[in-house]
Amino acid sequence: MNYRMMGKFISRILFVEVVFMLPALLISIYHQEKETIFGFLTGMVITLATALLLHLLCRKARKGFYAREGLVCVGASWIVMSLLGCLPFYFSGEIPSFVDALFETVSGFTTTGASILPEVETLSLGNLYWRSFTHWLGGMGVLVFVLAIGRGREKSDGYTMHLLRAESPGPKVEKLVPKMKDTAKILYFLYVFLTILNVVFLLAGGMPLFDALCTAFGTAGTGGFGVKNDSIAGYSPYLQNVCTVFMLLFGVNFSCYYLLAIRQVKNVFKDEELRFYLGTALASILLIAWNVRGFYGTVEETLRHAAFQVASIMTTTGFATTDFDLWPSFSKAILLGLMIVGACAGSTGGGFKCGRTLLLIKSLRRNVRQILHPQKVQVVRVNGQTVTERVLDNTNAYLAAYAFIVVFSFIVISIDGFSPMTNFSAVLACFNNIGPGLESVGPTCNFGDYGFLSKLLLIVDMLAGRLEIFPILILFSRSTWIGR
Amino acid sequence: MKIIIAGDGKVGATLTRQLVAEGHDITLIDAKAEVLEVSEERYDIMAVQGNCASMATLSRAGVEEAEVLIVMTGADEVNLLCCTIAHGMNPKLHTIARIRNPEYKDQIYQMRHLFGLSMVVNPERQAAIEMERLIKYPGFLKRDTFAKGKVEIVELKIGEGSKLCNVGLYDLENVVKCKILVCAVLRNSKAIIPDGNFVLQAGDRIFVTASTRELTVFLKNIGIITHRAKKALLCGGGRLSYYLAQLLHQDGIMVEIIEQDYDRCLSLATQLPDVTVVHGDASNEFLLEREGIGECDVLVTLTGVDEMNLFISLIGGKAAVPQIITKLGRLSNNRILDTLPVGSMISPKDLCCNDIVRYVRAIRNQTGAAQAVNVIADGQAEAIEFIVDGNTRYCGEPLKKLKLKKNIRVAGINRHNSFEIPNGDSFYESGDGVIIVTGRDEVIYQLNDIFES
Repeated sequence: MNYRMMGKFISRILFVEVVFMLPALLISIYHQEKETIFGFLTGMVITLATALLLHLLCRKARKGFYAREGLVCVGASWIVMSLLGCLPFYFSGEIPSFVDALFETVSGFTTTGASILPEVETLSLGNLYWRSFTHWLGGMGVLVFVLAIGRGREKSDGYTMHLLRAESPGPKVEKLVPKMKDTAKILYFLYVFLTILNVVFLLAGGMPLFDALCTAFGTAGTGGFGVKNDSIAGYSPYLQNVCTVFMLLFGVNFSCYYLLAIRQVKNVFKDEELRFYLGTALASILLIAWNVRGFYGTVEETLRHAAFQVASIMTTTGFATTDFDLWPSFSKAILLGLMIVGACAGSTGGGFKCGRTLLLIKSLRRNVRQILHPQKVQVVRVNGQTVTERVLDNTNAYLAAYAFIVVFSFIVISIDGFSPMTNFSAVLACFNNIGPGLESVGPTCNFGDYGFLSKLLLIVDMLAGRLEIFPILILFSRSTWIGR
Repeated sequence: MKIIIAGDGKVGATLTRQLVAEGHDITLIDAKAEVLEVSEERYDIMAVQGNCASMATLSRAGVEEAEVLIVMTGADEVNLLCCTIAHGMNPKLHTIARIRNPEYKDQIYQMRHLFGLSMVVNPERQAAIEMERLIKYPGFLKRDTFAKGKVEIVELKIGEGSKLCNVGLYDLENVVKCKILVCAVLRNSKAIIPDGNFVLQAGDRIFVTASTRELTVFLKNIGIITHRAKKALLCGGGRLSYYLAQLLHQDGIMVEIIEQDYDRCLSLATQLPDVTVVHGDASNEFLLEREGIGECDVLVTLTGVDEMNLFISLIGGKAAVPQIITKLGRLSNNRILDTLPVGSMISPKDLCCNDIVRYVRAIRNQTGAAQAVNVIADGQAEAIEFIVDGNTRYCGEPLKKLKLKKNIRVAGINRHNSFEIPNGDSFYESGDGVIIVTGRDEVIYQLNDIFES
């Protein structure tokens, strides 16, 4: 295993992290939040020191970086990044328990949005900003960012493909343009552009700048940390609708936007995953609106809440405008289903991904037909292109890993004695990077009451969910660490 | 530059490696997904799976924005169709096609116009020409030319007891009594760009630049005796064999081909009535002996399997054939083969790649582009010829005053058709051809790139 090359990469990521902590530090200096300033300074110094140390230790890295190094590097870098990213919370004294601070940061980077804080509004502005900004960073991925700004010859190797593959969600990751660096740049350009657009729309609705920035970060990364205790519920209907639209936009595969940008509009609307995604969202909205028709005064309000909640859950953002825990079972069941399906592959959203669901449905249909015509030769096609058996196998393996982790986590966190529904939805909410679950972890509650062990497990679940299981799972495999 | 390579085979993969290293945006097209997957893992490229002659596939690969299309699939007809269609979709595109069927050989010139081709490569014919030159002037492992054939860069191995053993380069002229320059040395599979203090050892493979005339003197003075080849034995009867047999026959050399496939033998015998075609297994030592391996002057192994070629060449080495040429495909530039006594190793794939790389570099910068690029020393060094123009810095200044980057030497200056081995007082002026040798990883696109900035 090429530890030095990995160390080099991680040190770069940490340098980037320090730079991104700066705005939060400036905000807390501006508002004269003493403890927070201390928290950030300490955090930044420690992060910088770690980065420098890694940089010095790993100067003479040899070549040779393969799939294994790529996966381990992604998993390790996310863990290190979270461990250091939580220091400002911890040292500022606002989240006194280290595990809680780590939970909050991992929840931020993985764009989950699950919180252990009962009162968000008491947090200092610097910390609030950093908390939301972790969403934005984690949404598109820090490694992708490092690839975009990186220089040097090692970029010309193919190995960067492993990094992109490990960090970008989806059953099949493809580059937009031949060079990895350019692909990463395009992705970040689109990401920044859409985020700015979101901020502009929010400002136009009269939201204060700080709230607009934090909300946009939460939306862009499909994270869900708000700056208010009641999430988005307190804002005007216009702002809620803006959020709904942008959440849905960030749940779309970014290659669709690239195709739009290079004027291949026809191909975008023919994209089967996009159709599946929008179709599922629309159907869910209508079904829920019909189911909760008595709850709200007007049709507009009913539709608005239904649409917001569906968009929020399906894109795995986790904002809320209403306490959907009070909704009837049918609506809650739909939301639970959406939690699992998740957003599109190649978006900032989490979950099982629409693309994978589509593949599963198609291969299931094929297997059923195979029973009727045992000798029929058939291939699975998406967007007119044949899906290789290997991708299908991987999708099945992913489903198996997914199911095992959900069941395992569900059993372990049940030790803390909450109701089965609470525990099940908590696991789903963390593993799919959504945030709020149902009952005791519903939109108005938080994860603060879980015990030490459960929190750690949920932290691992969040990371595994964001990185699509294998980069985290591989860290626990013996053969990863034993020589080649 | 945006380059599309269609056909991810041996040549396609080698080109990909070279062109990615030079910083181009490469899109690969192939019909096989598995092949593409391997390339995607190794190089920073984009892969498109599909038939490269279909407009849909070309469009997905971005042919509209591409600048160069290189088509290297196994079928000439597909290559032609692909280039024609791509040219129709993007008239500004440079298209390079591989055409290797001997039946098309004589119509290539016309086809270039008809099919919108910018360049046609025929690796087998090119390799045959290369081999013919080696056979006509034996003594070297490899020879490449510059300045339209007037200057050569040749490779030879220093054997035990050679006059060159333990000779320091500062003293070389006194030993060989002619003007030559050792511009690169391969020692223990590592390329070295030597300076005056470098001492040659037995086992070194050295690369020498000199004018063609001086080379003859050089060979004589170091005691390599050469005589004209009279009989050549070619093992394997593929396209390369056909081209080579034809060329050698024109030179008046007796040619014998051993080929395993009977139908192929028949067609060779039809096409080449003056060549002896033997039907049999060339790896059979008995057959080789019966066909007179002991008496032939040249053994060329040209079967489709590298391992087989190496094996037959080893048999040839044991039978003390004066000159052996081994064709390699997959295994070319393999360091392990350095030590084997298998004579010259020639890889059609590498020759073809050199040409295409040179062409691509020429498109990249229209002025000051390289005239010729020859990859030497197992791909670890390059010898490049440039023409000095108005933009070249330090015209007329003596070389000893110039600060060149590490691992770069000026290996020759060609002025008004007279070639000079440069010393510290030499200089170049506008219109001269300058040959440089570089062992650096970076690409030297123009002459100005060799100076320390």
